[in-house]
Amino acid sequence: METLTPKLCLRGVEKTFWDKKGRATPVLDQVSFDVRDQEFLVLLGPGLCGKSVLLQLIAGLDEPTAGQILLDGQPIQGPTPKVSMVFQKTGLLAWKTVLENVEIGPKYAGVPREERRRTARRFIEMVGLAGFENAWPRQLSGGMKQRVGIARAYAAAPELLVLDEPFGALDAQTRYVMEEEILRIWEQEKKTVIFVTNNIEEAVYLGDRVVLLSSCPARVKNVYPIRLPRPRDMLSAEFLALREEISAAMDLSV
Amino acid sequence: MSELNERPVKVQVRQLTKKFGDLLVLDNVSFDIRKGEFLCVVGPTGCGKTTFLNLLTRLIEPTSGQLLIDGEPADARRHDLAFVFQESSAFPWLTVEQNIGFGLGIKHVPAAEAKKRVDRILELMGLEAYRKAYPGQLSVSSEQRMVIGRAFAMEPDLLLMDEPYGQMDIKMRFYLEDEVIRLWQQLGTTVVFITHNIEEAVYLAERVLILTNKPASIKEEVAIDLPRPRQVSDPRFIELRRHITEQIKWW
Repeated sequence: METLTPKLCLRGVEKTFWDKKGRATPVLDQVSFDVRDQEFLVLLGPGLCGKSVLLQLIAGLDEPTAGQILLDGQPIQGPTPKVSMVFQKTGLLAWKTVLENVEIGPKYAGVPREERRRTARRFIEMVGLAGFENAWPRQLSGGMKQRVGIARAYAAAPELLVLDEPFGALDAQTRYVMEEEILRIWEQEKKTVIFVTNNIEEAVYLGDRVVLLSSCPARVKNVYPIRLPRPRDMLSAEFLALREEISAAMDLSV
Repeated sequence: MSELNERPVKVQVRQLTKKFGDLLVLDNVSFDIRKGEFLCVVGPTGCGKTTFLNLLTRLIEPTSGQLLIDGEPADARRHDLAFVFQESSAFPWLTVEQNIGFGLGIKHVPAAEAKKRVDRILELMGLEAYRKAYPGQLSVSSEQRMVIGRAFAMEPDLLLMDEPYGQMDIKMRFYLEDEVIRLWQQLGTTVVFITHNIEEAVYLAERVLILTNKPASIKEEVAIDLPRPRQVSDPRFIELRRHITEQIKWW
């Protein structure tokens, strides 16, 4: 994690929306930070602070009003297979099986059938769903659907994975299981990850660093390096102290 | 608040059992809830907590066993059972004060008394300024606070709360937990609070009931005798949290 090459650079990123009467709603205010190669970076902010807008810019789905976003030194111009996303509402295709969902990235990249199926099977196994290749999304629990979403994102062979509150809709216990899982997968696959959450405990448990955003318009309030060894004990004094420190600095969501 | 064991028994749950066909979901559960007690119920995911709650609210009938309030079989015509769900159940066409007073109208509480109670709840929750607002004009958390206020306004015999803060961020949760404790302390309501979150259970409860995996039965009762306001980093708090987590951990 001590490598100095940033995978992703955000430089003074701003985003403002205007309504029909010309009234401005600033959503992002001078957001700057780097994400290092193979880093697990957590973006933490209160509800409705502008996190999802920032992710849309990183995914190339929208353009900043000002500032720059560089992936491997190149400005992001439109959606790119270099960035994969995982959403809270998994976005699985209901009419496709688990295997067909997971192979969708390589399929549209033109990877031949045999090869992409092999890739998909490998990632389905990685997320612990071997045996469910031919199941339909509706037959899966919430935690299992998230596993499919994660396998699909990895199967697309991205440079950067963006996870947008992936465990927000899971109950507290399933969430702990999935937090352990996502770290295991990250350590195994060595990809750069941006993980978005509004849960401070989750942020401190997962992140190499935690970037704390303010309420809307979002600014970077602080960046916390989390130097606790993994696996982290959520009940240790150091962990609770860090959680308390970040909690005190975080704005209350409106 | 007097010692828990000295308070009279308010609710008696006796050999409560529920089967759906051949599937045994709740197996012979018995316990008492004391008057004015704050009881938290925790258990592994999918253990049957919701069935348990639906039996307590009498939304479904048990296969066998009984629920007694003040020694009599629980009856919606005689007793007041209030509940709060994770999803907001505000009436969007009513203002905040009409929402809070809604149950009082159903129960034919005299107008003067109803107004007094609504005013008190608005004051306790700091919602006076939003008295005439509609739920759609409130944030999600304020809307949920209003729904909780509506339940407390009933001064129910038993208030059941099913993960009311399930999806809220931690800072908002801390704030709302303090609020529910304040309401409970001021009004002396008997509360059963179901949660997945062990830290929340230890923060709120006088007693925690731990359920087993399905079919649910009572695994252990843990008394939480920490002074309030509680400190989540207090070593005794952490010890209790660790102990309860170990009892329900399957991963």
